[in-house]
Amino acid sequence: MLNNITMGQYYPVDSAVHRLDPRMKLILTIVFIVAVFMSHSFAGYILLLGFLFFACRMSKVPFKLLLKGLRPLRMIIILTFLLNLFFTPGQDLWVSFWIIRIYREGFMQALFYSLRLVFLVAGTSLLTLTTSPVALSDGIEMLLTPLKKIHFPAHELAMMMTIALRFIPTLLEETDKIMKAQMARGADFESGNLLVRAKAMVPLLVPLFVSAFRRAGDLAMAMESRCYHGGEGRTRLRVLKTSRNDWIALGIVTLLLGLIILEGIFLKGVLF
Amino acid sequence: MSIEVRNLTHAYSEATAMRTVALEDVCMTVEDGEFLGIIGHTGSGKSTLVQHLNGLLKPTSGQVLVDGEDLNGEHVNRRILRQRIGLVFQYPEYQLFEETVAKDIAFGPKNQGLPKEEIDERVRYAMECVHLDFQKYSERSPFELSGGQMRRVAIAGVIAMRPSVLILDEPTAGLDPRGRDQILSMLEQLHAEQHTTIVMVSHSMDDMARLATRLIVMAEGKVLATGTPREIFAQEKMMLSAGLGIPQVASLCCALRKKGFDLPPDLYRPEELKEHILRLWQNKRKEVLSGKEESLC
Repeated sequence: MLNNITMGQYYPVDSAVHRLDPRMKLILTIVFIVAVFMSHSFAGYILLLGFLFFACRMSKVPFKLLLKGLRPLRMIIILTFLLNLFFTPGQDLWVSFWIIRIYREGFMQALFYSLRLVFLVAGTSLLTLTTSPVALSDGIEMLLTPLKKIHFPAHELAMMMTIALRFIPTLLEETDKIMKAQMARGADFESGNLLVRAKAMVPLLVPLFVSAFRRAGDLAMAMESRCYHGGEGRTRLRVLKTSRNDWIALGIVTLLLGLIILEGIFLKGVLF
Repeated sequence: MSIEVRNLTHAYSEATAMRTVALEDVCMTVEDGEFLGIIGHTGSGKSTLVQHLNGLLKPTSGQVLVDGEDLNGEHVNRRILRQRIGLVFQYPEYQLFEETVAKDIAFGPKNQGLPKEEIDERVRYAMECVHLDFQKYSERSPFELSGGQMRRVAIAGVIAMRPSVLILDEPTAGLDPRGRDQILSMLEQLHAEQHTTIVMVSHSMDDMARLATRLIVMAEGKVLATGTPREIFAQEKMMLSAGLGIPQVASLCCALRKKGFDLPPDLYRPEELKEHILRLWQNKRKEVLSGKEESLC
């Protein structure tokens, strides 16, 4: 009933991309995002697209799944396209009809901006599809460690993320169960106007909150009884290690960024 | 009201990498007026099966027929049907949400659209069924009751809809012996006096031995065997292979038979065994007495 949430869902297969160090994957994603923003021409976009295809193939994630992650954002992407299409002034008038004026520049800008969004989302979902949530928060913790010097609670933040991520499926399952239990008592979650529907959520939300608080209490107790007291002096079971593949991947992505910067310098204005 | 399940298959997470088959080609029936027990090891598909019986899950393939009509047919109002086939989930106490016990029990009848007097009447009736004193408990918050009491409130919430079939998924799980006994005797009464058809899922063979008129044994998403408790509990080997045991009385009887006592092979109720042991003991005493008489002569 509720298992159709794909954005940021881990796809468990074994591939070269899955095996990369989560820290490195985070850095690679950041570099990729920078590259997306630096790109201003067709050549750059083709490079980015090519890279995405390549990364997707290497990760053994079905391309369909990557596209599925775009679905929640389709309205924003369409809106971006339309706004840019209609409201960008230019010189080369293509369509003039009633109050609508579409310029060539506007069309290009609309195309580029919406593609940019698509690339950003696809790139970041590739990260979450190939990195388990636990590995991801581990990676974030390690990357934020230098900030501990200025009393930034890196460990606590990562622990909170891990716990929150860990409980999403549990709470979803719980919601599903309570929903079914109330449906068995004749509850109706689907019909009626907004107010009726909001009211119908009470029998679902109250038990859900009660059980979430109970779980939180239990978990805190379980952690304390195993002597958890924050990040100070804590060692880890799985120490992250960078391998040769990580450096190769970094090389590829840096090359991509370099090419795009070069293309920006030499080709800007030629094709756009 | 009877329910028939035909070649039911159910797979979770269909069409993904995590696809798991919970039920495979299951055929079974629930007859009117019986007390049906469904037993099986953890993960054998019991809970999935009972959720199909009132249309909370959609079959991957196969049919569920209620009085001959397909439950997943287009013109069936499943909401009305769910009120006639009441389902009590595992750990139902976690579904309570109202401020008072009475209000929570009234949730089901209210959804049925009954008039206020009728709802009050139903609440009283349901609380009586689960042995909760109306005066004492109706205005209390369900969250300040004990676990066993909360569970009885939750069960009352389903009974208040007066379903003709009552399905319970492990109603005694996690309760102390006293709470367990209260729930079981309540079910026994409901079955005997109101002639409610009851389907109960349980791990406990002793509970089943006490209540069920018919049993279905599930293993790995399939129906392994069906029959009366007497037929089922006589097959110790089959039960052990399904990861289950047999009632304590049945295994005691088995052990006694191995020692050479003259007992029938299919005893499973404490009273039956008691009678047979008393009979054996009296025969033995007669023998001994007559033996003594002989030696005296």
